[in-house]
Amino acid sequence: MKWENWVGLLGLALISVGHYQGLFVAPPEAMMGDVGRILYAHVPTAWVALVVYLVAFVAAVGSLGSGKRGWDALVESAVEVGVVLNLLLLFQGAVWAKPTWGVFWTWDPRLTTTAIMAVSFIGVLVLRAMLNRPAQRAVASAVYTIFAFVSVPVVYFSVKWWKTLHQPFSSPQTVDSPMVTPLRVAAFGMLFLAVFLMARRWRLAYAKLSREDEAPDLPPAAAAIQLEGGGS
Amino acid sequence: MIAARPGLVRQIVAVIHKDLLVEWRGQARLLAMGTYAVTLLLLFSFAVGPDTKTLQQHAAGYVWLALLSASTMTLTQSFRVETEAGALEALLMLPVDHRAIYFGKALANTALLVVLACLVMPVAAILFDLSAAEGLYWLLPPIVLGAAGLAGPGTLYAALTARVAAQQLMLPLLLFPLIVPALVAAVKSTSLVLQGDPMGQMSSWLIVLASFDLIFWSLSGLLFAKVVEE
Repeated sequence: MKWENWVGLLGLALISVGHYQGLFVAPPEAMMGDVGRILYAHVPTAWVALVVYLVAFVAAVGSLGSGKRGWDALVESAVEVGVVLNLLLLFQGAVWAKPTWGVFWTWDPRLTTTAIMAVSFIGVLVLRAMLNRPAQRAVASAVYTIFAFVSVPVVYFSVKWWKTLHQPFSSPQTVDSPMVTPLRVAAFGMLFLAVFLMARRWRLAYAKLSREDEAPDLPPAAAAIQLEGGGS
Repeated sequence: MIAARPGLVRQIVAVIHKDLLVEWRGQARLLAMGTYAVTLLLLFSFAVGPDTKTLQQHAAGYVWLALLSASTMTLTQSFRVETEAGALEALLMLPVDHRAIYFGKALANTALLVVLACLVMPVAAILFDLSAAEGLYWLLPPIVLGAAGLAGPGTLYAALTARVAAQQLMLPLLLFPLIVPALVAAVKSTSLVLQGDPMGQMSSWLIVLASFDLIFWSLSGLLFAKVVEE
């Protein structure tokens, strides 16, 4: 079995344990009661989404600097996993916001930044789909990934001047100790799951990019037919 | 004997001159863009209703949204011209620093947007019955810094999407999320000039705009060479 499958299984196990503890063992949240238990899913998603975007940023710098196919494949895989986590984060946030704030959405800086972050990184995926020449696609998506990543704090601070509703960042220091363990366990589970997904996606992207380089003159559809034919 | 290569500033000026000349020779385009922006202003009023007070309150936002929409046209145009007949390749073959091409084009685009803003602002003033509470000359910093905020990253993205078939769609898709901070700060500071600034917030918003410009102009200048070389 490939190494990432073990990591994925470990992630799944940690998420199960973390959420079992979070749902049944940890005390209900002081202000929000049982609704607050979504914290064990929401906070790890947020942390891991940012980590995955950081990976995408590093991969983009590596891709621009070296021009190597492996970095480009990592940009593709990390951005895609990051977007999935980001959309998940927005959904969880809306689900949590309705019972606690009474609305699905508010113009809080963190929410707004998260939404803009999602749109930005979806842009990377669209851009990749639109460009056919591999070298051009690698440079364009790396440059745009760097911009999207750098803009996150800028967007955050500019929107912050509007108003703030969100509670401060949760960290082990601000969370009561019976809640720390499930939170940490779930966060590591999420991280391992993300590593698993990125590794799988990287292999696929790398195989596809290698295929393109071998048959550069073929349009994508013809390359796909050739790929199927070669596999049989 | 080989003539000495001109300095970076002279190269930038040459690129600006070239771009503005192209724009000047096709004045109809600038006029069309101005008309487009003004049409948008009219549409915003129709969407909100004829209440002058509401319109006055939101005027700065409408003006900047109109400029933003029109800017995607000037930006795509500035590279559409270059992709025709391999003009960009020829430009890159000249002994010109690639940063000079970026900064020249970005400054030319900024200048165009400022001109556009100067066309749109008076129309908005008439339509929405605006008056500058803080003095008319105070409008200049938000307009110039805001235009630079759109043109700086916009020029890089236009280069990035120059060879994409659906550039008219891709450029706004990529650019709009990024320039949210510039839009917020430009609208706020313009609004403060129009509505009055009792709390003295103007300078803070201008600082936000200026830092946005600084970050993204330097990042774009750094990465532009990579984009066009490909």
